[in-house]
Amino acid sequence: MSLDFETVRRIAHLARIRVEDDELPKLAAELNTILGWVEQLAALDVAEIPPLTGPVSMALRMREDVIDDGGIPEKVLANAPERLGDYFVVPKVVE
Amino acid sequence: MGYVIEGKTGPWEVVIGLEVHAQVISQAKLFSGAATAFGGEPNHQVSLIDAAFPGMLPVINRECVAQAIRTGLGLNAEINLWSRFDRKNYFYADLPAGYQISQYQHPIVGKGEIEIELSDGSTRRIGITRLHLEQDAGKSLHDQHPTKTLIDLNRAGVALMEIVSEPDMRSPEEAGAYLRKLRTILRYLGTCDGNMEEGSLRADVNVSVRRPGEGFRTRCEVKNVNSVRFVMQAIEAEARRQIAIWEEGGVVEQETRLFEPGRGITRSMRSKEDAHDYRYFPDPDLVPLVIDAAWVEELRRTLPELPDAKKRRFMEQYGLPAYDAGLLVAEAATADYYEKLARGRDPKLAANWMIGDLFAALNRTGRSIEDPPVAAEGLGELLDLLTDGTISGRIAKEVFEIMVETGEGARAIVEKRGLRQVTDTAAIEQAVAEVLAANADKVAEYKSGKEKLFGYFVGQVMKRMAGKGNPALVNEVLRRVLGGG
Repeated sequence: MSLDFETVRRIAHLARIRVEDDELPKLAAELNTILGWVEQLAALDVAEIPPLTGPVSMALRMREDVIDDGGIPEKVLANAPERLGDYFVVPKVVE
Repeated sequence: MGYVIEGKTGPWEVVIGLEVHAQVISQAKLFSGAATAFGGEPNHQVSLIDAAFPGMLPVINRECVAQAIRTGLGLNAEINLWSRFDRKNYFYADLPAGYQISQYQHPIVGKGEIEIELSDGSTRRIGITRLHLEQDAGKSLHDQHPTKTLIDLNRAGVALMEIVSEPDMRSPEEAGAYLRKLRTILRYLGTCDGNMEEGSLRADVNVSVRRPGEGFRTRCEVKNVNSVRFVMQAIEAEARRQIAIWEEGGVVEQETRLFEPGRGITRSMRSKEDAHDYRYFPDPDLVPLVIDAAWVEELRRTLPELPDAKKRRFMEQYGLPAYDAGLLVAEAATADYYEKLARGRDPKLAANWMIGDLFAALNRTGRSIEDPPVAAEGLGELLDLLTDGTISGRIAKEVFEIMVETGEGARAIVEKRGLRQVTDTAAIEQAVAEVLAANADKVAEYKSGKEKLFGYFVGQVMKRMAGKGNPALVNEVLRRVLGGG
């Protein structure tokens, strides 16, 4: 499997990572190396093995339906680049 | 032949599927202990988990899982004892983590179906593809500032159920009936309040068109339509747009669109170009959700009576026609009111008074069945006075209006205003004599064969008695005095 530059550009865009054109060859090569390594796993016959969805075999523990958090707007907003009252403020994002 | 749209080149059929997002009723959020209540101070119902601070781990709320199971059971669906959460990745300012925790490959609820009723009295079964649990996003306010967007994360992390239907609907009416039925079921179950104005129930509508008998053509998704009426309008608008494209030799592109109720059209959301590349993967913070079959059975045993079963029971137990029973079970509170009213009384009379007078009074006063201007006990008292002959049907309507206005009891109004029906034959005979004396010409006409005038005499006597004459007695006396009756 081999990634073309356009695919690399798209992956970067989806991840909101800015990539200059001259960086594309290097990134494509690195990603191809990773994909090549993963492809080796495809050689294994896993037909009889159920998929492993986590490193440990256990089920979710559940919390009770109790309000025991929130009411901390100062902490929540502590890192906001900009705020207005108790709102976060961001550049206009409208359809 | 069902619903078709006549194009320039022939008839077109419409194919519709709905994805409904229903906000789960719970105290706390899906993965945090912050409150879910609507209308709180901005960012006051937010935990550091909801705000996606580094190092925070989600822990699932048992009640949200229970609500999803109850809903699945109410939709006659299979409950998956093993399900899993995935990350759905996209960037938006009101999604702090950059991903939504959702269930992609392994939803908690699988295939089911519900029955919808159409205006011609027929019923249809609509398939449910799946139901899965996911987090809601925060709220963006775009209209508070000329160049900025304000973000409130109170809603971020609240549990949603996404309920996906099969593409089984063929007309705007069917889609409207499906959405209404789904809302009724959710409200009966107590798993979602169904409030479309506050956004606790939102619909995405998938629409495509085809020639009758054809396979499916490309569909478009119309996002976030927030009333039954708009869903129906959006379907028609979108179907007509697609038909115009096909008929001009074009090709419909699969895309996400928005409905503009004011203009009655849908428009493309071009900025959502990348939106369908969500790069789902299993959330490494969450191991699988494994449910005990015994718990599912316990939840099944404690489900309330659902609308279909209640409707059947109303038809059998109270002898109501399907249409009346359908109206009375649309809301659990309406059905409760009816059962209180009908207990020990004529069930058909109770149904007529509710569907006629009470529903009209609710509309007029803008009040709900949960907070009615006249309670079931009060209306019951009125019906008792009507049934035992204390008041006539006409007076009963008047008394009801006074009850709505003043909140006074039926018996008190009747006594205070002297509205008791007159059953004293002498008083009725006197009124009859006066009316006939004043209308000698009409009496002569009547006797010469114009028998239609009988109704006129009844009306005049009732008028003279201020509506309080017992109608049966008035008829009887008139017939006797006029002779030949």
